[in-house]
Amino acid sequence: MTISADAFAISAENLRKRYGDVQAVDGVTLQVKRGEFYGILGPNGAGKTTTMEIIEGLREPDEGSAHILGESSWPRNHRLLPRIGVQLQASAFFERLTAREQIRTFGSLYGIGAKDADAMLDRFGLTEKAGVRDDQLSGGQAQRLSIACALVHDPEVVFLDEPTTGLDPQARRNLWDLLRDLNKEGRTVVLTTHYMDEAQQLCDRVAVMDHGKVLRVDAPDALISELGVDSLEDVFLSLTGREFRE
Amino acid sequence: MKAFLTLSKTMTLGLLRDRAAVFFMLIFPLMFLVLFGALFKDTSAPQVKVVQVGDVAVFDDIPAEQREQLRDVMVVDKTDGSRAALNQALADVRKGDADGVIYAPETAGKSAGSGPTEQVELRVSGADSAKAGSVRSVVDSVLQQANQKATGQPPAYALATDRVEDESVKQIQFLTPGLLGWAVAMGAVFGTAYNLVAWRKKRILRRLWLAPVGAGSVVSARVGVNLGLALVQTAIFLGIAVLPYYGLKLSGDWWLCLPLVVTGTLAFMSIGLVVGALAKSEEAANGMAQLIVLPMAFLSGSFFPLDLAPAWVRTLSDFLPLKHLSDAMQGVLSRGESWGTALPVMGGLLLFAAVLTLIAGKLFRWEAV
Ligand SMILES: Nc1ncnc2c1ncn2[C@@H]1O[C@H](COP(=O)(O)OP(=O)(O)OP(=O)(O)O)[C@@H](O)[C@H]1O
Ligand SMILES: [Mg+2]
Repeated sequence: MTISADAFAISAENLRKRYGDVQAVDGVTLQVKRGEFYGILGPNGAGKTTTMEIIEGLREPDEGSAHILGESSWPRNHRLLPRIGVQLQASAFFERLTAREQIRTFGSLYGIGAKDADAMLDRFGLTEKAGVRDDQLSGGQAQRLSIACALVHDPEVVFLDEPTTGLDPQARRNLWDLLRDLNKEGRTVVLTTHYMDEAQQLCDRVAVMDHGKVLRVDAPDALISELGVDSLEDVFLSLTGREFRE
Repeated sequence: MKAFLTLSKTMTLGLLRDRAAVFFMLIFPLMFLVLFGALFKDTSAPQVKVVQVGDVAVFDDIPAEQREQLRDVMVVDKTDGSRAALNQALADVRKGDADGVIYAPETAGKSAGSGPTEQVELRVSGADSAKAGSVRSVVDSVLQQANQKATGQPPAYALATDRVEDESVKQIQFLTPGLLGWAVAMGAVFGTAYNLVAWRKKRILRRLWLAPVGAGSVVSARVGVNLGLALVQTAIFLGIAVLPYYGLKLSGDWWLCLPLVVTGTLAFMSIGLVVGALAKSEEAANGMAQLIVLPMAFLSGSFFPLDLAPAWVRTLSDFLPLKHLSDAMQGVLSRGESWGTALPVMGGLLLFAAVLTLIAGKLFRWEAV
């Protein structure tokens, strides 16, 4: 463990991952500082989710290595797991359990009591829906529950894959406030998003990815002035091109 | 431990809230037991119905205690000794309403003055030879008893009664282990396969990968829930079968059925693991589980005894874990067998479970492709 690795909340070295003929991640290197709010941007299929999942320790990279809080995340690292919170892009719930049971179950797996779990449910405005089963929640409610479950054990590093997709404007602002609070408490937050306003508002730095590669990393304002455009959206379009892709 | 308990609870809730699963794993096999038990109770019961026309000394003199025993095998309806009553009784036998008629020749209007030995006339139906045989042997044994008594030498009668009762293996003795084995197999194969596929498809497996939970907790929770289910099934099945109505009598080491059920569950769960690894959807898992369990149950004689099956079926069934489980359970439950029967079967089931689990481990996938 080097000092520099420990100084970063996250450091990834030259990650590569191939699925069949698709080079999903093609040599990604990135560092996230402790307490930083970090965004990963990129068009569909750019490799954001794959990169995050490799860093989280969910997938083994073909090449390269990832460290969180100075600990290698692959192979599965039991010391690290309680310190990170992950919301997967596609939510994962236990079958036929209510919202309250879901979050209590996840809490209990991390040694968190029912009371704290219920408090987290409340924080995400889901108390009213506590008795509703996962398959009867609306898309946005399920999304909120998924994030609440990721945060229930008070992790130091939080990974959120498109957390605001499917949320109504109120819930989106609400989640922004929540994430800002989490970040202010000293937690490192990494998120992916397709909303440039969101990235601009929340992130200290963003990485713009395409074709499995990181194209640019900087603070949103710095990128805007560097490229001489008006908004982060323009930065995104000028870096990744305007044409529509599958 | 905590993770184990949490996951067990989660799995149990998920299972109990799945009405279809509860029906197929608990209620459905139970319905078979309740219905088959009631149906075959009468057809295969050795009890025969005999009409006694008028006084027949041999029957009238049976002591109350022996009459009680006799009632298990034969019901005697006594009518008055008139000619009309005899004709009516014979008509009943012809129609199948009664299995036999007994009468003393005198009471049928014949002249008195017969010899010193009392004669008993028996008429049985020619249509149902099995029933007729039963009637004949029961009546015969009653007469023998009377003869024995007359000569003052007891042994032969006791022997005759025993044979009559034992020859007729009560259906419930066969149905209980057979259907219980089938129920346990269904619960374990289906439960395991379905759970594995559903958790993979719903990404719960990957989500658990990110939680500080050992694979051991996940696996042991699943095994624990299935063992719990199997033991509940066993308790309910035995509880119903020993009701006086069904009349299963447990013999000495009947409790050995519990370790047998446990090892059987492990064996069937290993089948479920393989199915769960291969199946891509919950529906496929369900279908594959049924395709395996139902033929296995038939070939293992869960529903019908294999005594009459062709030799190749019996050879094939020797390779099926369910057959050995059912046989061994029948042995320890009601035939008074013990460790000698149970131990080799437990060993075999565990070996089977180990081999299939290894195969399943090779086929295992974390996520749906
Ligand atoms: N499990 C998988 N098997 C095969 N190919 C995959 C798999 N997961 C991702 N890919 C491919 O890898 C590439 C990167 O996918 P990834 O999910 O990382 O993109 P993304 O940037 O998260 O996209 P989005 O914005 O749509 O979420 C895509 O081309 C995708 O088709
Ligand atoms: Mg993605």
